[in-house]
Amino acid sequence: MVESKHQWKAWLYLAPAIVLLLVFTVWPIINTVRLAFLEDYNALAATWGQTFKVGIGNFVKVVSYSNFTTCLRNTLLLTVLTVPISTLLALLIAVALNSIKPLQRFLQTIFFLPYVTNSIAIGMVFAAMFNIIGLRPSGLEADSWGIINNVIKFFGGDPINWINAQSSYAANMAVMTVYIVWNALPFKILVLLGGLQGINKQYYEAARVDGTPRRRVFTRITVPLLSPMLAYVIITGFIGGFKEYTSIVGIFGEKMGPVGAPYRLNTMVGYIYQVLPETNYGVASAAALILFAIILVVTLINMQVSKKRVHF
Amino acid sequence: MKVVLQNLTKIFPSRNKKSNEEVIAVNDFTFEIPDGKLIGLLGPSGCGKSTTLYMISGLQKPTSGKIFFGDDDVTELATENRGVGLVFQNYALYPHMTVKQNILFPLQNLKGADKLSKAEMQERAYNAAKLVQIDELMDRKPSELSGGQQQRVAIARALVKMPRVLLLDEPLSNLDARLRLQTREEIRRIQKETGITTVFVTHDQEEAMSISDMIVVMKLGVVQQIGAPQDVYDSPANLFVAKFLGTPPINVFEGKISGGRLFLGQEAVLEVGGVADQEVYVGIRPEGFVLDPNGPLTCRLNNVEVMGRDVSIVSTNPASLNPIIRSIINADNKVDATQENVRYSLKPHKLFLFNKETEERIFFEVK
Amino acid sequence: MSKQDSNTMHAQDLRRVSVQQRIVKGVVLGGVYLFLIVMALIVLFPFYWMIISSLKSLEEYRLNIPTFWPKVIVWSNYAEAFTQANLGRLFLNTAYVGIVSTFLSLIITVLSAFAFARLEFKGKNLMFAALLATMMIPGELFTITNYATINQLGWMKTYTVLIVPFLVSVFYIYLLRQNFMQIPNELYLAAKVDGTSDLKYLWKVMVPLALPTLISITILKMMGAWNSYVWPRLVANDDAHRLITNGLRNAFTATTGDVNYPVQMAAVAIVSAPLFLVFIFLRKYIMKGVSRSGIKG
Repeated sequence: MVESKHQWKAWLYLAPAIVLLLVFTVWPIINTVRLAFLEDYNALAATWGQTFKVGIGNFVKVVSYSNFTTCLRNTLLLTVLTVPISTLLALLIAVALNSIKPLQRFLQTIFFLPYVTNSIAIGMVFAAMFNIIGLRPSGLEADSWGIINNVIKFFGGDPINWINAQSSYAANMAVMTVYIVWNALPFKILVLLGGLQGINKQYYEAARVDGTPRRRVFTRITVPLLSPMLAYVIITGFIGGFKEYTSIVGIFGEKMGPVGAPYRLNTMVGYIYQVLPETNYGVASAAALILFAIILVVTLINMQVSKKRVHF
Repeated sequence: MKVVLQNLTKIFPSRNKKSNEEVIAVNDFTFEIPDGKLIGLLGPSGCGKSTTLYMISGLQKPTSGKIFFGDDDVTELATENRGVGLVFQNYALYPHMTVKQNILFPLQNLKGADKLSKAEMQERAYNAAKLVQIDELMDRKPSELSGGQQQRVAIARALVKMPRVLLLDEPLSNLDARLRLQTREEIRRIQKETGITTVFVTHDQEEAMSISDMIVVMKLGVVQQIGAPQDVYDSPANLFVAKFLGTPPINVFEGKISGGRLFLGQEAVLEVGGVADQEVYVGIRPEGFVLDPNGPLTCRLNNVEVMGRDVSIVSTNPASLNPIIRSIINADNKVDATQENVRYSLKPHKLFLFNKETEERIFFEVK
Repeated sequence: MSKQDSNTMHAQDLRRVSVQQRIVKGVVLGGVYLFLIVMALIVLFPFYWMIISSLKSLEEYRLNIPTFWPKVIVWSNYAEAFTQANLGRLFLNTAYVGIVSTFLSLIITVLSAFAFARLEFKGKNLMFAALLATMMIPGELFTITNYATINQLGWMKTYTVLIVPFLVSVFYIYLLRQNFMQIPNELYLAAKVDGTSDLKYLWKVMVPLALPTLISITILKMMGAWNSYVWPRLVANDDAHRLITNGLRNAFTATTGDVNYPVQMAAVAIVSAPLFLVFIFLRKYIMKGVSRSGIKG
């Protein structure tokens, strides 16, 4: 590195980034914490110089709010459902892709395709696929059952009211799980396949010389050597899961639920955005801090577990 | 352009926070490089030779001391404005530019009065390329060139702006042995043709000796000796310099001076005048041994390696500090490889005495 | 049994084993391909359904037994979608926001990454660590205060509010800095010796050498503008400034029931088309950038 006495030059290069970060990142962190602990904060009153009591009132409000429990439950449920399913499926696909030669690149490209989509737009496609047109109140007859139900009927099953009025919570969650998994696969496959391709072929050759059976190779060589990547996709999967919001808007619209049951599928992030425009900054801040705390704790647990399990 | 280094010192702050030990990379270096000469900075890694070169280039600022180009004090002048050419060990060619663009690059940076027209730039670039014989390769990318060709491009890029001083940092270390020999002669030729004062850094003593007008031997930041290569070889200032120069390396013994005679073990091997009685280190160049059936030094013979013109005799002696003694003698001498011992007499001008404490040279009178 | 016999027996055994192994291998490989192709079809199915639905007439779409290829191709769905959702205006808005914010973001990212990769200044490592630490905090935590700040600055319903708050991406700075660090330091020193200023070196050497990373950043940033939904909905959801995703959601509020799906799917297809084009031509840049992040868009 060239020695220079002009340290200010470096700061000049950094200046635009620093200014923007101070205003839109550093200040928000401080301010969000501040707002969360100011009770009955009102932005308009604050400009008139009114002061506010410091306390945990906002947190009490958030937790006691009936919708909040729904949001928390939905968020946790979706995370717990989608992370294992998508990780396992991605692992299977990545291992399968890694074991073939012809068509590998082609299939890899196809599996990456969902990444490059707009989750609102494709959510609308999923909604169309699960939608039933002209459902009679009996729930047994309809003008058109929709492609998913048609497939179910083709295999002899009964059609299900997935997302329409009077649909069940379980059916709604099943649709969300399918969509979120579909959306989460490409990133996970990309990372895991990258990891697999980075494993030195010599380990496999050594295992073959030792006559190791396939399954043992998978559990004793592939998974351990892939564990850093697995830990990575699981941790980012959890973080993404706790921040789930737009995919639900994509399928159910901004009401976050089927007709007749608005906000049934609301999430933590959805809750924050729901209260925010009502200038409920204090409550929104408290909710955001709770979300951050949950993400932090889960990430730390994840890291702790992976420290024991991951072979770096 | 002569280059003057005045009490040049470079101290690096400690990397380790616990021990506040500073590293003195270059310690009080004073030297005047005459105009148009080729100077080799020589020493083992970590001796401060590269730091010295970087200070001359301005890429590193001296902690104290001054640097002059001619009569200009350039100590505080930024690299960009110093007008030096520097060839890096790994050449540092811009990988996304063609050979021609690489050579043109320094010219395009010239400002003010030095600014050249497009045509002039082309001509200068072409001339520089021709000088190093790469004018056929102008449109290639560096990755399409061999190591030797890349080296030439790097030299052309350094020369094209007609630098006041040309600096070469280990210029040959990335080349294979045959190319190294060829390229070092090339460097010598180019330097002679252009007459640019040139400093080059190397850890290879053979390389430095073969092309330098003068060599500077450094160790741990301190200059050990400066002089013409042959002079330094023939008269090393201390044990370090003696050991560092010459292949095969000098043979070092523990010896004792007693009554004007030098003893190796029990054997008095040489009359040395004007030296007080003391224990000494004795360095004997491989060519300083003469086969002599009645010679004073007896060594146990290990084996004899015939190398065409010369014969290399490997032997041992209890007084030797190296595991083996290697001597080189003319192949006309027939050596019986089966004999148990070999006896030598010694050439006094190939034998050096050093103080046991300071390792400085002790001069003696040959009798 | 003679020695000869035992040898031939052995060879036969070996041959039988190797045939068996080959069969097992073939079956396993067939299974692997079957699994992958089925999964690929499932992954692709929504896209297929989107396209064929967008080309059907409403009557055909509502058929009890669905058709897998439109009997009559109805291109007018696209025209209708385009006007109904006012997609032209949304395209322009989004393109403007995308291009301006990408351009400014690139400049800021290049300058900061250069300072972190090549310049020496006090507190560099601390500063960089602090920057990376902000990546762990969920964006929602910033949104609240930013919303308030924007309100106070009077930036609501402007392009500024869509561009400025997200110009600095710590992740992009990190990505580019890593790339810059791989460029040998000797090139910088050589440029100094060649008489180059920092800025010129950055522009003439670093930027061309880091071009793939810069392309990755450009694509991801543009995709970010194209797919952003939450922030624009909050701060600039008016006709003049609305971005494409919000526009799509706004134009088709009902996702279930008896809505005009062909037109809706046509709109979705139009919105998805640029993303597919980017995907087809610039896939490797996206994959390179994405594999090192967890961030979508």
